[in-house]
Amino acid sequence: MTIQQKIPGGRPLDLSRRSFLAVAGGAGVGLVIGLKADPALAAPSGAPVQFNPFVKVSPDGAVTVIVKHLDKGQGVATGLATIVAEEMDADWATIRTEFAPANPALYANLAFKAQGTGGSTSIANSWDQYRTAAATARAALVKAAAAEWKVAAGEIKVVNGVISHPSGKTGSFGQFAEKAGDSAEPTAAPQAPQFKEPKDYRLIGKEGLHRVDNDSKTDGTAIYTQDLKLPGMLVAVVAHPPKFGGKPKSFNDAEARKIRGVEQVVQIPTGVAVLARNTWAAIQGRNALEVEWDDSAAENRGSDELMAACKDAVSKPGVATATNAGDAEGALKGAAKVIEADFAFPYLAHAAMEPLNACVELKDGGVKITTGAQFQSIDLAVASKVAGVPMDKVVIDTVWAGGSFGRRAVPTSDYIAEAVMIAKAIDGKAPVKLVWTREDDMKGGYYRPMYAHRVRAAIGPDGMPVAWHHRIAGQSIMTGTAMEPMLVKDGVDDTSVEGASNLAYAVPNLKVELTTIKAGVPVLWWRSVGHTHTAHAVETVIDELAYAAGKDPVEYRLALLKDKPRHAGVLKLAAEKAGWGEKLAKGKGRGVAVHESFNSYVAQVVDVTIKPDGAVKVDRVVAAVDCGIVVNPDVVRAQIEGGVGFGLGAALRNAITLKGGEVEQGNFDKYKPLRISDMPHVEVHIVKSEEKPTGVGEPGVPPIAPALANAIFAATGKRVRDLPLGDQKFTSV
Amino acid sequence: MIKLNINGEERELDIAEDTPLLWVLRDEVGLTGTKFGCGVAQCGACTIHLDGAPVRSCMTMAADAVDSKIVTIEGLVAETGSKEGKAVQAAWRALDVVQCGYCQSGQMMSAAALLAGNKKPSDADIDSAMNGNVCRCATYQRVRAAIHDAAKRLEA
Ligand code: FES
Ligand code: FES
Repeated sequence: MTIQQKIPGGRPLDLSRRSFLAVAGGAGVGLVIGLKADPALAAPSGAPVQFNPFVKVSPDGAVTVIVKHLDKGQGVATGLATIVAEEMDADWATIRTEFAPANPALYANLAFKAQGTGGSTSIANSWDQYRTAAATARAALVKAAAAEWKVAAGEIKVVNGVISHPSGKTGSFGQFAEKAGDSAEPTAAPQAPQFKEPKDYRLIGKEGLHRVDNDSKTDGTAIYTQDLKLPGMLVAVVAHPPKFGGKPKSFNDAEARKIRGVEQVVQIPTGVAVLARNTWAAIQGRNALEVEWDDSAAENRGSDELMAACKDAVSKPGVATATNAGDAEGALKGAAKVIEADFAFPYLAHAAMEPLNACVELKDGGVKITTGAQFQSIDLAVASKVAGVPMDKVVIDTVWAGGSFGRRAVPTSDYIAEAVMIAKAIDGKAPVKLVWTREDDMKGGYYRPMYAHRVRAAIGPDGMPVAWHHRIAGQSIMTGTAMEPMLVKDGVDDTSVEGASNLAYAVPNLKVELTTIKAGVPVLWWRSVGHTHTAHAVETVIDELAYAAGKDPVEYRLALLKDKPRHAGVLKLAAEKAGWGEKLAKGKGRGVAVHESFNSYVAQVVDVTIKPDGAVKVDRVVAAVDCGIVVNPDVVRAQIEGGVGFGLGAALRNAITLKGGEVEQGNFDKYKPLRISDMPHVEVHIVKSEEKPTGVGEPGVPPIAPALANAIFAATGKRVRDLPLGDQKFTSV
Repeated sequence: MIKLNINGEERELDIAEDTPLLWVLRDEVGLTGTKFGCGVAQCGACTIHLDGAPVRSCMTMAADAVDSKIVTIEGLVAETGSKEGKAVQAAWRALDVVQCGYCQSGQMMSAAALLAGNKKPSDADIDSAMNGNVCRCATYQRVRAAIHDAAKRLEA
């Protein structure tokens, strides 16, 4: 079904299934997520005119960019705002941002054909779409000015939000907003606009723009799900089964109900929920519950058993083959020198700073959800199913998220589904805010899967690689999800092998095999997905081959990347900036890694010191990144710095382990995050490029673990293949 | 009933004495700039000032704050806030420290307290004063730089 809705003063929009106005349009609907400091702009005056799903202009001149992606810190609100301001020639000071409501017909991620944020696709998929939206809005404003001034549109200039004509006439966006909205062609397909030439950019790629969330996140006013308070709202905290697949059997809430503020206790499919007038009462109430669990269908294995299954799998031929070029096994037999390396990678929790949460209201036969929603298409379907209401009765509003690293985009929408279950269990009598404590969040599953790898690689008499045989075993992220048909082919989940199956290095005989392990522990993408482990295996093995060949690790890689100019470009830049080749003092080591993920290229050079007690200190990371056209250089640097820190914390000491099916870590005392004292000095260099922009949220992560391991090897002669490092001690050579 | 002085205002609150200040501030008073990250003094997202000293509000009972001046992020950067608070906010903004932002109120509270007692902290001073403040987005490098920047602003 397609409906046409007229937006006041704007062009009608093609809407499938959902009423755009009800959820998105109109003045005052939608949450303002980024205000510039100018108090004159604090509230829009007059009804903003919506030019298209992405751009609104208020009579006071404020330009509001509708952000279709979740900003969980990666800076996409700033990025999309920059693209619009550039193409519209708007004054940056007048730019505001709002998160788009859930409406896949309007706000789909063009890379997924579904509304959602991930895979470092936000800027890449929005680049043409948001430029078109901005150029169209600009053209309508110019046309309105031309009509009023009775001049040719082609003679009009727009600079920094000022519309002017050589005759001396000038005007503002706000002044023409309403007219421009009225005159916007109602049904004409948007003309393919003439985009600005990069040489004319004043905002894109320029230094000095501040993030749109810079102010509200430094004065306590930015609103996250955790901060929502609706009239009459109850806070829900849930007792979850200690094992994955467990279910509540019976419970005793006598003690919980004695706690002041506790209103109700309800059993739901995922556990037992305590609803209270405030968060603390709900937490105490949950702690006072006695629940008997039904573990008959639960996963009872521990991580040792599960790792043993992975290790066993890589000792045998893989069940599926991801890549098979040449004859790797044959070439290995006759090779001059063979290297064998086994790797083990643990489960990892995302552990975003804001534990999971969601706000739900059931009213008027519909559901309204407010949360840091990252996968709206799936969240809509899940919420509709759980609530038992049609999909067009589900509204999802998005607010800032305190991190995610993938965890808020879940194929089962687990945390949203649970919030809806609770609201339903109390018959929608009050709005419900579901709050997961840190322990709920950490023990709640959806981890980066555990994997084992076995690599056998061989070099020929000239030292160059002749064969690479790589086996991987672990759980599949995509199997059983809506993405399975797209991403699982012939038994190969691409996210289990990406980064290895498409090995960048020129190796004539390459075989990559996969065995998918089944286990009851829920798994999920975790910042950079498969590359989190494949890059480590590939980049440490190639390093071993370089040493085995007696060649410099950078030179060796470059010789194998002759057809990969962008890999080579970042590698050379990082090496040069790091002073690669200098002699280092005893006890110090320098290592390198280069990896492409999500069409962005990152190389990192890591410097370590082996301390007198044998512990490793990471001193410096020099990174080079090629992500095509750079929209906001400082956001790119921030994402690479953050990616380095995020990956480094995991490489140094993070692991989720299970015993008898129960997760052993519940908080930051056991799952120790990277802290400031661990943070190396990070330098980020950006390759100049006119390629289309690609993402930077994830690509900073994959190279850090192998570059660190290679630096430790350089200092100690010891290879680090299993992650995390833990409290291993090293001796320098 | 319990009396608390929060950001210079006296408040009378009908709460149990052993309620953690974090939840008093967030749920009762509506000051949501102070964040819940771990609940067990492991992350620093809930850091506030009690008589100028940084404390983790998730592990501080309301009763333990009755005779103290409580300052939250909202009070720190208000007109009436300290000069350290203002310098920290200016530095944080100048260097675009925030990513998801969820830890940053706590980071700023710890940073302002550090600067109140140490006009020119070294990297090592910063690392030891800030080690209780986790940032999962790993903005640590900018936190360090912003503290140096704030120290310069205070000198000027
Ligand atoms: S919430 Fe208090 S230290 Fe984490
Ligand atoms: S900015 Fe995200 S946790 Fe610090």
